Amino acid sequence: MNNVYLDHAATTPMLPAAVEALTEQLTNTGNPSSLHASGRHARRVVEESRERIAQALNCRPGEVVFTSGGTEADNLALKGIFWSRQRPRILSTSIEHHAVLDPLHWLGHDEDAEVTLLPVDELARLDLDALRAALETEPDDVALVSVMWANNEVGTLQPITDVVELAAAHGIPVHTDAVQAVGSVPVDFAASGVDALTLTGHKVGGPFGVGALVVRRELEVTPLVHGGGQERDIRSGTIDTPAIAGFAAAVEATVKGQADHHVRISALRDELVAGVRALVPDAILNGDPANMLPGHAHFRFPGCEGDSLLMLLDARGIECSTGSACNAGVPQASHVLLAMGCSDAEARGSLRFSLGHTSTQSDVDALLATIGPVVERARAAGARKAV
Amino acid sequence: MRVLAAMSGGVDSAVAAARAAEAGHDVTGIHLALSRNPKSYRSGARGCCTIEDSNDARRAADVIGIPFYVWDMSDEFHDNVVEDFMSEYAAGRTPNPCLRCNEKIKFAAVLDRALALGFDAVVTGHYAQLETGSDGLIEMHRAVDMGKDQSYVLGVLTQDQLAHSLFPLGDSVKDDVRSEAERRDLMVANKPDSHDICFIADGDNAGWLKEKLGDRAPNDGGDIVDHTTGEVLGQHEGTTAYTIGQRRGLRIGRPASDGKPRFVLDIEPVSGTVTVGPREALRIDRISGIRARWCGTVPSRLEGTVQLRAHGAEHRAIVTTDGADVEIELLDPAEGIAPGQAAVIYDGTRVVGSATISATARTSVTA
Repeated sequence: MNNVYLDHAATTPMLPAAVEALTEQLTNTGNPSSLHASGRHARRVVEESRERIAQALNCRPGEVVFTSGGTEADNLALKGIFWSRQRPRILSTSIEHHAVLDPLHWLGHDEDAEVTLLPVDELARLDLDALRAALETEPDDVALVSVMWANNEVGTLQPITDVVELAAAHGIPVHTDAVQAVGSVPVDFAASGVDALTLTGHKVGGPFGVGALVVRRELEVTPLVHGGGQERDIRSGTIDTPAIAGFAAAVEATVKGQADHHVRISALRDELVAGVRALVPDAILNGDPANMLPGHAHFRFPGCEGDSLLMLLDARGIECSTGSACNAGVPQASHVLLAMGCSDAEARGSLRFSLGHTSTQSDVDALLATIGPVVERARAAGARKAV
Repeated sequence: MRVLAAMSGGVDSAVAAARAAEAGHDVTGIHLALSRNPKSYRSGARGCCTIEDSNDARRAADVIGIPFYVWDMSDEFHDNVVEDFMSEYAAGRTPNPCLRCNEKIKFAAVLDRALALGFDAVVTGHYAQLETGSDGLIEMHRAVDMGKDQSYVLGVLTQDQLAHSLFPLGDSVKDDVRSEAERRDLMVANKPDSHDICFIADGDNAGWLKEKLGDRAPNDGGDIVDHTTGEVLGQHEGTTAYTIGQRRGLRIGRPASDGKPRFVLDIEPVSGTVTVGPREALRIDRISGIRARWCGTVPSRLEGTVQLRAHGAEHRAIVTTDGADVEIELLDPAEGIAPGQAAVIYDGTRVVGSATISATARTSVTA
């Protein structure tokens, strides 16, 4: 069976350029930290990769700190900046990915951080007045502000420019998790004014297990992983040359193609949304239609269980998600939808379709050929009773 | 058929799913998340013992080559099984949560959802046999392996539930199932059998009840009283720690006058009185049952056998019923039978039905 893959926000296929760059390095010997010729060759590949990423994101090469992925980069930013700044408060949002929420929870619980998760409106847009008010109460106590660039579940873009402006007025650094944004919308590190930015390989057509925290040179970050000090003494561990080469090729290619990608994918997505609405008139699109990622289409199907829909679609070869893939396994009501004001039942009745660089018209057609009867079937199985 | 295999992460349900797939059914595996115990930073995440079992079930499904999902049934399980367990103990009775789970969760909430989603049946690793009788009804019989027979905990299933169930292990013995699991490369082949109550991880029922019931406990202590003399022999710390027939944990300082051990004969939750006496006083030969459930045709009178606890003995009995309540006359007396336990009624190897024991009595003069 040829699967219809509508889960690009969970992970997207590797780009040929990334596969090529990665495999080319797999057979090369050389630790980038070694001083001999093989080491120097590996070092050159890593540094050129760093420069390619820096150019794509408009940051300085020295600001790119390679990590094992988005989760590590988020942890490094939050814990590292909290510890180095030695101030008690952290401001973030209630719709962050678990890679941000869980470290914040830990910092609050084990490190006495005062964490404030700011509210969002029904379209998942950060409440800037709440941020302003939170900043103005004892701004000197705030270690950092962390606001995601775009939400991974519903796709809503966050007002990063406004966040930076508000925080900068008090000299407070801003971190943003831009894992979903890079390659989908324009991301310019320098112009955005953020101090630290998370990205990861496998969401941009690169390999798994590699990512980066882009962080301003002036900002001190306490390391989480101690060892050889390979990455600016902020992050230790033998540098993964092949993964970094593949990662850089992917970032470069997706950023270069971002504008065209946006036009093509958002048109396809709009067709998917219109089609689903025509077939399931009471389906509700979650998120901010005026301001969202091009590939996201996150629906609420009243009277259905999201995991029933997922299972029925899976059995028909259509792959999607009930939300963030990290919640998969044991289904639970999405914290993002709850923060948007959905009831538990509404949150459980949601499904995310996400398009990416390999998506085609036939993927959308396949979904539209199936979604009507599947929703009907899931509705017969019923929503779980309210708890 | 499109069938849904409930996979606990143990060896039996894994082999049952594999056999169903091999028989040509279109099998989808599910693991039921039944625990609410949050042990993660993610609010509402299910932690505790179920994560590892869930991973084992997932690996087994991978090896068999079937799709696999986790179904969150923790709210249903809590409301129907855990709450019932607590309130029954608080009322001085001794429930069997496995029967309750089969009646309300596995062959009800799960089965209903499966049927609605387009499945034809639920497959489990229970040891029991299904066959079609001469009247066309599905009959449930004891398993071939009497040491593993689980027809007792399935005695609550009705004809409609049985008609949508598959028990592929009923004709096998456990050793063969284990070696088959090994042959099929199912990693769970050597996993130990599960025992005790799944939601009480450490097996300390009394401690669990004390903690969970809290203010809802009927009492936090009372007298231990001798059943013939009425003498107060000691104190206890709450009746929910006791069940009829229990000998251990009474902590009566003095031996009985006849030097014989004493057993719990009766529990009175309101006054907090635990009555104790000699083993002979545990013997009963009359049982009244309520909430009867029938696998097929309701008998008005039956000379058959009853089983009164999981893996308990068969007692020859005469059962009469109006369909809802049952009266059981035991030809072979039983000991230590507590209200709340299930009496499962058999005609030979065939399960006829079951009832929840509401009262017991002793009529005959025995030695």
